[in-house]
Amino acid sequence: MLSRVADAFYWTGRYLERAEHTARLVDVNTYLSLDSTPESSGRHWHRVFDSLQVTMADGGTSDVVALVHQLALDRGNKDSIASGIHAARENLRQIREQISVDLWERINRLYWTVRRTAEDASWQDQPHQFLRGVIEDCHQFIGLTTATMNRGEGYYFLELGRFLERAITYSALLDSHVRAFPDLRSGEVAPELVAEWTALLRSCTALEAYTRRFTARMDARRIADFLLLDPEFPRSIRFAVEQVEAALRGITRLSGRENAGRPERLAGRLRASLHYAQLDELVDDSLQMFLTGISGQCGEIHAATYRTFIGYHLDAALV
Amino acid sequence: MLRPPTSQTAASLFGDYELDASFDEMFKPGHVPRDSYRLLFDRLLELPASEWRQRQQAADRAFLNQGVTFTVYGNDEGTERIFPYDILPRIISGAEWSVVERGLAQRLLALNLFLKDIYHEGRILAEGIVPRELVYSCPHYRREMCGVRIRRDTYVSVAGTDLVRVEDGGFAVLEDNLRVPSGVSYMLANRQVMKRVFPGLFSRYRVRPIDHYGQQLLGTLRALAPRPNDPTIVVLTPGVHNSAYFEHTYLARQMGVELVEGRDLFVHDNVVYMRTTGGPRRVDVIYRRVDDDFLDPLAFRRDSQLGVAGLFNAYRAGNVSLANAVGTGVADDKAVYAYVPQMIKFYLQQDAILPNIETFLLHDETHRQHVLENLERLVVKAVGESGGYGMLIGPHSTQAERAEFRDRIVANPRNYIAQPTLALSRVPCLFDDGVQGRHVDLRPYVLFSGTATCVPGGLTRVALRRGSLVVNSSQGGGSKDTWVLE
Repeated sequence: MLSRVADAFYWTGRYLERAEHTARLVDVNTYLSLDSTPESSGRHWHRVFDSLQVTMADGGTSDVVALVHQLALDRGNKDSIASGIHAARENLRQIREQISVDLWERINRLYWTVRRTAEDASWQDQPHQFLRGVIEDCHQFIGLTTATMNRGEGYYFLELGRFLERAITYSALLDSHVRAFPDLRSGEVAPELVAEWTALLRSCTALEAYTRRFTARMDARRIADFLLLDPEFPRSIRFAVEQVEAALRGITRLSGRENAGRPERLAGRLRASLHYAQLDELVDDSLQMFLTGISGQCGEIHAATYRTFIGYHLDAALV
Repeated sequence: MLRPPTSQTAASLFGDYELDASFDEMFKPGHVPRDSYRLLFDRLLELPASEWRQRQQAADRAFLNQGVTFTVYGNDEGTERIFPYDILPRIISGAEWSVVERGLAQRLLALNLFLKDIYHEGRILAEGIVPRELVYSCPHYRREMCGVRIRRDTYVSVAGTDLVRVEDGGFAVLEDNLRVPSGVSYMLANRQVMKRVFPGLFSRYRVRPIDHYGQQLLGTLRALAPRPNDPTIVVLTPGVHNSAYFEHTYLARQMGVELVEGRDLFVHDNVVYMRTTGGPRRVDVIYRRVDDDFLDPLAFRRDSQLGVAGLFNAYRAGNVSLANAVGTGVADDKAVYAYVPQMIKFYLQQDAILPNIETFLLHDETHRQHVLENLERLVVKAVGESGGYGMLIGPHSTQAERAEFRDRIVANPRNYIAQPTLALSRVPCLFDDGVQGRHVDLRPYVLFSGTATCVPGGLTRVALRRGSLVVNSSQGGGSKDTWVLE
């Protein structure tokens, strides 16, 4: 596969994952702020921006509509949902002939929905409807790829992008959360914090899965354990890293590239550290360092993938 | 057989069908159908109008679903449109076609010999048959190609020659397209749609197939490979913003080869590689759909973002082949065109099978005088333009337009030619209120690999506006399927 085509699939995966994550995060926090005082609402939004590594416009306003706009529709913010979907569509447009008509129509529809929404202020009354639509379209896109795409390099680059982005965004989200609420003792969290931990679970579509496993009792340590290390929950960081490794295994096999084992090895190392990690030890030691480490290693996997398959040094490759 | 009660009379269906000096491909004078059109004529009367409309809609849907579109320039995002399409086939008899086929093969052979000659010994120039200054003043003449040996001396591998039928029904050559002729994907897509929409009529007519064009193109390109064993062939596109991008993807898919952009290729030690996830892969033949100017920023236009730095050197070294070769544009210059019959005589000692259209060369003083006095009756064309741009159609022009062209001609006579206004032939087209004749031309696609082959048919372009002579898609033209009979 042409490196340029692989690159386009990879970034499509990353941009769409980020758009979906941002949509869910904004959705959850918009409703959380309805139940909270202006001060605590302000703190929420600071955490949201912090976890997305986006700087608040105007040095932090308390106007929720403006904040939501910045994250959702502001094309000046390269990390907004609108920018992400635009970028994903541009990537797919460059490789239009590689994807099915259905897949193209899906992303196109999403793109036009976002553009129309941005032109009309009526979304401000019901941001939920718009955000929900984005999430659903992203799900349909993923569903189509799973159901209809050949398990070729394109598919695996898409998967790699998607799960690498998820591992990065979820560790950043968890990191900013435990920095704000560092008390991870076992047992139920203080009543005033229940809403915060529930929102965290919701932001990862984990509330129902968690409740079914551990009942509705909000236990900070269990929640952190569940989001980080759970082997079955498909949105845990461990699960994402396993998918990253599987995608890289597929790419290495299909590309036929020699000496291409490094990205997969890095992913395997990270996966092993998550397999054998124990939250109790991490809490005693430093969970934050562990989470920062995950982001760092994801960055290395990205760089190694690029050096091996996409942006490799030509002279070296020709020797 | 009983006619269905809704069937229509010839008077209502063809009541609006004009016949005049132009050659009509369906009717002899007096609205008598020609033999080759008899079956279609009967079928037209048989089927109720609603059925025809339904089939037209089915055809339009098929084009849209297949994504057979072209891009209209002029706005940021680029608008994709389907090429307007008329569902009545244009029919050419086997006998008529065999003349076209021999004529095109002869012409392309001579043009390839001409290109080899002017970039090497220049015999035809030395003997004064084609004026030296005409060749050297052509903007598409590439001095860099002088003395460069190219594989199998094949300069033009793919040609799209525009033919018209003149008043007596004979075919004549309107222009040669020897650089990057486009439209072949529409020819192939038209056929696929027609087979679906008119299976019965199609099989009764015994139409010669064209579906093997992809394999033939691949064979033509493979023959150019510097390394004959398992060569890597690619299609080079300027990218998604190009109006023919659909065609580039279509041909790459038909041939089963990679579609690349300039940024996918790089040159190392005069060898061209493409960057793949499996590492650099050597490229042997590039079917390039990028103009000479943009191929290599080191050799040609420095501001080109579409090209590959060092490509021309790799080409000169014989490590990669390009189809078509660099510098073929000199042979489809509209002034050089006027000399093709002489080229055929000179290289092949034959008379041209397909005649040219009478052409006035404006650097010649007598010709120029005549043209300037008769602008309202002639068609004036810029020699290097295509797509119906840079053209004056005398009978449809205003005083101001003629004055403007007069100034342009006087300022740069080498840049223009003039031809009589042609009465292009007409074929039947289906409209809401019946069948009417519209003017058409024909672009057959010729492949050359030592000898020329031509899939039977080509792209018939039709001026859908009543009375219009301009068939270009950018100016209200559409297309039709072209059936060449056994």
